[in-house]
Amino acid sequence: MRRYREFLIPVVVFGLAGFLPLFLKTYYVHIGILILIWAYLATSWNILGGYAGQHSLGHGLYMGIGAYASTYLALNFGLTPWVGMFVGMAFAAAAGWFVGYATFRYGLKGAYFALVTIALAEAAVYVVSNWKAMGGAAGLEVKYLGTNPFMMQFDGKLPYFYIILVMTLLAVLTAQWLNRRRFGYRLIAVRENEEAAEAMGVNTLGTKINANVLSAVMTAAGGTFFAQYFTYVGPRVVFGEMVSVQILLFAIIGGLGTVWGPLVGAVILVPVAEIARAELGTQFQGAHLLLYGGVLVFTMLFMPKGIVGLVKSVRSRIWKTPDDSVSAPAPEGGAS
Amino acid sequence: MTFSLSVILQAIASGLMIGGVFALISIGLTLIWGVMKIINFAHGEFLMIGLYLTYFLVTQFGMDPYLTILITTPALFFIGIGIFQVSIKPILKHPQMNQIMLTLGISLILQNLALVLFKADVLSVRTRYTGINYTVGGVVVTLTELIAFFGSIIATLALYYILKTTDIGRWIRAAAQNPTAAILQGVDVRFTYLLAFGMGSACLGIAASLLLPFYYTSPTVGLFLGLIAFVVVVLGGMGNFLGAFVGGLIIGLTESLGAAIMPGSLSRVLTFGIFVLFLLFRPQGILSKRQS
Repeated sequence: MRRYREFLIPVVVFGLAGFLPLFLKTYYVHIGILILIWAYLATSWNILGGYAGQHSLGHGLYMGIGAYASTYLALNFGLTPWVGMFVGMAFAAAAGWFVGYATFRYGLKGAYFALVTIALAEAAVYVVSNWKAMGGAAGLEVKYLGTNPFMMQFDGKLPYFYIILVMTLLAVLTAQWLNRRRFGYRLIAVRENEEAAEAMGVNTLGTKINANVLSAVMTAAGGTFFAQYFTYVGPRVVFGEMVSVQILLFAIIGGLGTVWGPLVGAVILVPVAEIARAELGTQFQGAHLLLYGGVLVFTMLFMPKGIVGLVKSVRSRIWKTPDDSVSAPAPEGGAS
Repeated sequence: MTFSLSVILQAIASGLMIGGVFALISIGLTLIWGVMKIINFAHGEFLMIGLYLTYFLVTQFGMDPYLTILITTPALFFIGIGIFQVSIKPILKHPQMNQIMLTLGISLILQNLALVLFKADVLSVRTRYTGINYTVGGVVVTLTELIAFFGSIIATLALYYILKTTDIGRWIRAAAQNPTAAILQGVDVRFTYLLAFGMGSACLGIAASLLLPFYYTSPTVGLFLGLIAFVVVVLGGMGNFLGAFVGGLIIGLTESLGAAIMPGSLSRVLTFGIFVLFLLFRPQGILSKRQS
């Protein structure tokens, strides 16, 4: 029964969240959609970054692939984004496999892996900016058709809300599922001690590549949704460094390697950032990113396990339950 | 597309000039990495602070841009050690990724603080050095680039001299090689880290003063220059001083030659492509030997 209860909790939570838009103004539904987009992307990133401990700083690459694939196919071949999404996911799988194989094959990790992923996403920005068929630096606009469920376009915000709600629920269920699966254990083994995992017979290279592919595929689907919701894709908008940073931000602040961390991070931060942008955006451009930077620094200094990690350790201290939160990996190459 | 010899020669000359500044910027980063194994993701933003500081000293106080080195260098030194004391020192023993995320947060703060304070405008200065060029065999070199190139080389040599011959340099090298052994030999490693971080940042003060007369400043200027510094440092081998210098020249040449022969901003793809290839096949850099 316990096994099903773990899956029941997310279903109930998201089911209840599904009633919220019925009582909220359009603007708040929009914020809800933003929360879910970032929660979804951060949950996807968390599989690689949190579970497997490989911090990609270039997830914009996969998001961009997903966004551009579906938009390009819809514009040029009239292909529905519902199918284009899966095409983008397939491309992202290939890209994720290549990036994973190329980097992990040579044992790149930590800072080096982070740098390669930034460079690849940044290279993608310039490739797409110079690619005429992809609209160059101007990007592509999704042709607006009014409400057309077949083309994943709607006049109101509600349908978008429910699409991304279901997507995020699926992402959270995937994370929850990993918690109890061998693949998930392998990821954590790789994160905690790669040599030991290898000695125990874990195929660490394959595990890391698979984690990268799974994470990339999920991120790409988020890219398609992003393009449909904002009806625009541009090189910097989807491949840019700021996207990659925001994707990992919520996971890290919420709690690395936890099921609920990315969602908690997005639920807390996105509304504050959006209000900051709405209130101060005209006068102080970048106010919300300033806030993100401050929160990131605060998190690293005072609660490196994130909000969920903090709550877990406080709970275990009060109720004396075993602390099952993420244990910090030993410093690698850190100065002593 | 025409690849006339003069275009190529011109690109090589400009590439070497800017490459010298890239080298100086990167040496600051590689020094910090070499000593305490921290990648400072806010490195580009520190440079941005230097560029704004130079800009205001020149425009508000009418200072000579090259005289501002006397202010920007100590200013960046103290900003560096200030930020180190408050944020990096407390988490020196944390996992490396936490330190990266912390400096990433600092870069977000600085970049957007600049956006709030100075708006997104691109600013540049006109000084009495502007517009003076020399023509040698059809290749035009501006005075400002020339000063930046030789200034960077002098600064690099000075830093090299400090690291090789002074006590401070010996502490820094000892702390980089083996912190525990350094402590046992009586080196105050924490203080050495502080000094190294300050010196790595101070390089950016010099670089900023040399760069601004022919470059520009904007809140996002550090994003690109910071990435260039990562590229150079990896190319030269992380923590390798001379490698960073050679890497700076190589990337300067790549950028400038790429821009001369490739359309649009595709030359950037070349730069990042070289970066990725190096990371994949020679992560130890061009000059270093492979570590066992």
